[in-house]
Amino acid sequence: MQMREVLASCLDEFMAADSKVVVLDADLAKADGTAGLRKKYPEQAFDVGIAEQNMASVAAGMASYGFKPYITSFSPFATRRLLDQLTISIAYSQQNVKVVGTDPGITAEVNGGTHMGLEDIGCLRSVAGVVIFEPSDPMQLMQAMPQINAYEGCLYIRLFRKDLPVVHAQDYHFDLFKADVLREGRDVTLFSSGFLVADVLKAAELLADKGISAEVVEVHTIKPVDVATVAASVAKTGAAVTVENHNVVGGFGSAILEAMAEAPVPTVRVGVPDRFGEVGKLPYLRKVMGMTLEDIVAAAVKAVGLKK
Amino acid sequence: MDLKEMSKQVRMDTMRCIGSIGTGHIGGCLSIVEVLTLLYFKYMRVDPASPRMEGRDRLVVSKGHAGPAVYAALANKGYFDKSVLYTLNQGGTHLPSHCDMNKTPGIDMTAGSLGQGFSCAVGIALASKLSRDGATVYAILGDGESQEGQIWEAAMWAHQQKLDNLIAFTDYNKMQIDGTIAEINDLEPLDQKWRAFGWHVIVVADGNDLDQIDAAIAEAKGVQGVPTMIILNTVKGKGVSIAEAKGVASHSFTVTAEEVEAACEEIRRA
Repeated sequence: MQMREVLASCLDEFMAADSKVVVLDADLAKADGTAGLRKKYPEQAFDVGIAEQNMASVAAGMASYGFKPYITSFSPFATRRLLDQLTISIAYSQQNVKVVGTDPGITAEVNGGTHMGLEDIGCLRSVAGVVIFEPSDPMQLMQAMPQINAYEGCLYIRLFRKDLPVVHAQDYHFDLFKADVLREGRDVTLFSSGFLVADVLKAAELLADKGISAEVVEVHTIKPVDVATVAASVAKTGAAVTVENHNVVGGFGSAILEAMAEAPVPTVRVGVPDRFGEVGKLPYLRKVMGMTLEDIVAAAVKAVGLKK
Repeated sequence: MDLKEMSKQVRMDTMRCIGSIGTGHIGGCLSIVEVLTLLYFKYMRVDPASPRMEGRDRLVVSKGHAGPAVYAALANKGYFDKSVLYTLNQGGTHLPSHCDMNKTPGIDMTAGSLGQGFSCAVGIALASKLSRDGATVYAILGDGESQEGQIWEAAMWAHQQKLDNLIAFTDYNKMQIDGTIAEINDLEPLDQKWRAFGWHVIVVADGNDLDQIDAAIAEAKGVQGVPTMIILNTVKGKGVSIAEAKGVASHSFTVTAEEVEAACEEIRRA
């Protein structure tokens, strides 16, 4: 099941149960999987056209009336394009609006650099009180959505919209504000979120072959970071790698480093090396950005080597 | 107290509110005193004892820097004691320079980053329609604010959604911080722009005349199928000669306690 299908089916469920749940699109409903909702719920799903800033503030106005809006677009347009509206109309005004940004980072692939949100985490992380969540597979998103719907406030879902491999088993138990230790290890902690988590687990396998015991921690909620889980893991392993689909400046890796600021360990960051995106498919883009499976393994070896 | 006397009271309290800290957005507060008086003391179905009453009429002052004028109207309406007006912009106050729905009883939407409040008003009007509660949603836009692209995004979509429960005003005092509207980024022909966006448009020749504004709101209340824009040709700093004389510089300036009392005396005699 594609991630956007999970999103749409959860929203469908919420909208059926609660007429105050509304969805606003900005001419990307077909891409984001939400187009069908407009036919089924004509009084709960709207398209504002290509006017993201208006979408954000309209949602805030509706929220002030007791409605529970979700706004959706591609991640750069759902964040940097409407950053001031998200900041003032929604976050500063304490409105209960959920923001869904699809195709994060390099997963925009052939839409290229203009459509690659490589700074969305950095932008939103510095807006007070905003929750940032990035799921890694359908099972996690399915479990997350009811908690997200129940959460009151500004929350950003950074959503890879197509198929993702299974990361979480059927008995997985999700907590929005608690990071998941997916694999225990002794020598280094690999932190990640989103579509890269599956590869980080593979990297841990490859590291085991090299005699390195890697712990894998999925920090699906990037703000607020589960500091306790991050700190406990690095206290045990003494080294870290952060793996992110975002500029390494200001994003996921920065959040992890802040979380261990009081007891830091040598950390190597894997992600977009402070540059803009370009067109290409994921294998090409991961290669030019230094984000391949091999890059993750090499970063872990380096981090272990940096330990005193 | 009749509306004329109430408008004088709101104007004096606006000056005293700003005067309490000695500086503020005087020009753009004074230009909307009459429309605020009509909304709070004739048209809006609100209850000061229950500021968040469901189904109430709402006002979004999208030109959020006019906070002090709104606070003066709210205090006279009974939302809070007039002594609160003298806490404007003091640390910990409930009355910040720009309107904040989470700080001030009676404020329906936070505004300050220009253009956004109007979109919020469109969302509120849509929410009221969906709730079928019969509320009217009012919004006051600055003329300088109307240079923001978001205003026109919102205008287009309000028409698309047939929001005839939305009545907006432009405080057309023809001035912004860096100069006159005409010399910075002209809005003319403003009435034609709004008509082209599908709105019912009423131009009020004297936007500081209670009777003329009253007639415009009464007309707007009867409009069906489209939102209404009432363009108020106002005077920046209206009713206080030192403010009017400053022209563009009336946007924000310092006043002494003596100047505030002289202004109040001038208002009283008007």
